[in-house]
Amino acid sequence: MALLTRAVRRPSTLATLWRSTVGKKAVMAVSGLVMLLYLVFHMLGNLKVFFGPGDLNGYAHWLRTLGEPLLHYGWFLWLARVVLLAAVVAHAVAAYQLSRRDAAARPQKYVHRRQRTSYATRTMRWGGVILGLFIVWHILDLTTLTVNPRGEEGHPYQNIVASFSTWYGGGIYCLAMLALGLHVRHGFWSAAQTLGANNPRRDRALKLTANATALLLTAGFLSVPVAVMTGVVR
Amino acid sequence: MNLTLRIWRQSGPDAPGAMTEYHVSGISPDMSFLEMLDTLNEELILRGDQPVAFDHDCREGICGACGMVINGQAHGPERTTTCQLHMRHFADGDTIDVEPWRAGAFPVVRDLVVDRSAFDRIIGSGGYITAPTGSAPEAHATPVPKDAADLAFEHAECIGCGACVAACPNGSAMLFTAAKVVHLNVLPQGAPERAGRARAMVEAMDAEGFGGCTNTGECATACPKGIPLTGISVLNREYLRGLR
Ligand code: HEM
Ligand code: SF4
Ligand code: FES
Repeated sequence: MALLTRAVRRPSTLATLWRSTVGKKAVMAVSGLVMLLYLVFHMLGNLKVFFGPGDLNGYAHWLRTLGEPLLHYGWFLWLARVVLLAAVVAHAVAAYQLSRRDAAARPQKYVHRRQRTSYATRTMRWGGVILGLFIVWHILDLTTLTVNPRGEEGHPYQNIVASFSTWYGGGIYCLAMLALGLHVRHGFWSAAQTLGANNPRRDRALKLTANATALLLTAGFLSVPVAVMTGVVR
Repeated sequence: MNLTLRIWRQSGPDAPGAMTEYHVSGISPDMSFLEMLDTLNEELILRGDQPVAFDHDCREGICGACGMVINGQAHGPERTTTCQLHMRHFADGDTIDVEPWRAGAFPVVRDLVVDRSAFDRIIGSGGYITAPTGSAPEAHATPVPKDAADLAFEHAECIGCGACVAACPNGSAMLFTAAKVVHLNVLPQGAPERAGRARAMVEAMDAEGFGGCTNTGECATACPKGIPLTGISVLNREYLRGLR
């Protein structure tokens, strides 16, 4: 009787995951990959800027009608935003908690210090913070149009050109995209390792894929501000 | 060879410590790093000073007892244990910094000696198999596929020295834990406990206060036994698999 009344409550799988360093890292890997998948499509969509205002603005409108009539106008976009917000919050909170723990695991530093690890690996934390700040700036610039020099609803092409025509608009964007490239370079391979997909035979191919993904993503994103600043797109 | 040594001296777990400078001369390039420290200690004892405390046992690179951070590198500049590091890898007149492993989970006992019993507790949580003891089992009773045998052997080489923790910027014990989990989980002998092993050992590892893995690879670079970084990926896979 006593045994039966003592309810054995095992913590849920998600709670177990979140509590362990390995599980929390898996949450980071999955949320990071969700954001990366989004970024690949976002970058490809941005390239429509090279086909003129009609193409890009039409594409932006299509994103809002996507899924109709099953979805209402704009719902697809809001769904994507909810998923991305969840991903960015989970990713950043896990990064913060793990970083705190990592720092606490070595209370006394070495006297003799040495430059360790590659640049991309060393800059994951500060690079991540830069990306987080950029996400805020980017939304204020081209979504809510709060800080956009033109800020005309429904005319993304003109807003993009206006933003990238200022030195700070183009500059912030270019810096952030370089940070993104570095983050993805270590992040993509790291996520494979975290999710248990790596092995000695795959290691090289995964690193190559990570480098290629990072390079193409950064080049694709950078091409837009560079085209505006050089007058190719105006 | 004449050398200047700057060694971390700390008289007890709660005592404050500091880098202290010593000069040694007449060091042969053929001496091991530990023999060089023995030379220093003989001089210190003759002078009536306390010798520098450091861990060592086999002095042939197989027990994992020795270990110190030399010029910021765990086990020094060569990929081997400190006992197998020879003075020929240094130059006459060098200044060498010697510090203990630094990790909250490895508290300093004295000078260069740290308490690594956190590793024992990780092993106790799942780094074993259940088997009848007594006479040796029939060698052909349990066939082991060649791939599994190779993988298990590669990871079984871990000597528990703790260099991976010392080298990791996060003080993480993932490479050590991975070595043990992979070694046992890929073998049929380890199969009965496979489902819960990775989870139990990761929980024990976390409870000791080691940091998390950020895949920097410093551990595998420092490991004297060449435990591969991809072993951590297998540990992650086994952990996630065990949660299902
Ligand atoms: C809020 C902004 C962000 C912060 C604060 C942040 C921070 C971090 C940190 C600290 C790590 C772990 C670094 C390490 O393992 O050494 C990481 C990993 C990662 N990040 Fe981010 N990041 C951010 C945005 C992004 C974005 C936009 C992406 C999408 C491409 C991304 C993708 C990844 C991936 C795939 C990983 C690897 C996860 C793993 O190692 O398993 N992150 N991030
Ligand atoms: S994994 Fe390598 S560095 Fe870590 S304890 Fe084992 S032998 Fe030492
Ligand atoms: S003393 Fe045994 S490994 Fe160095």
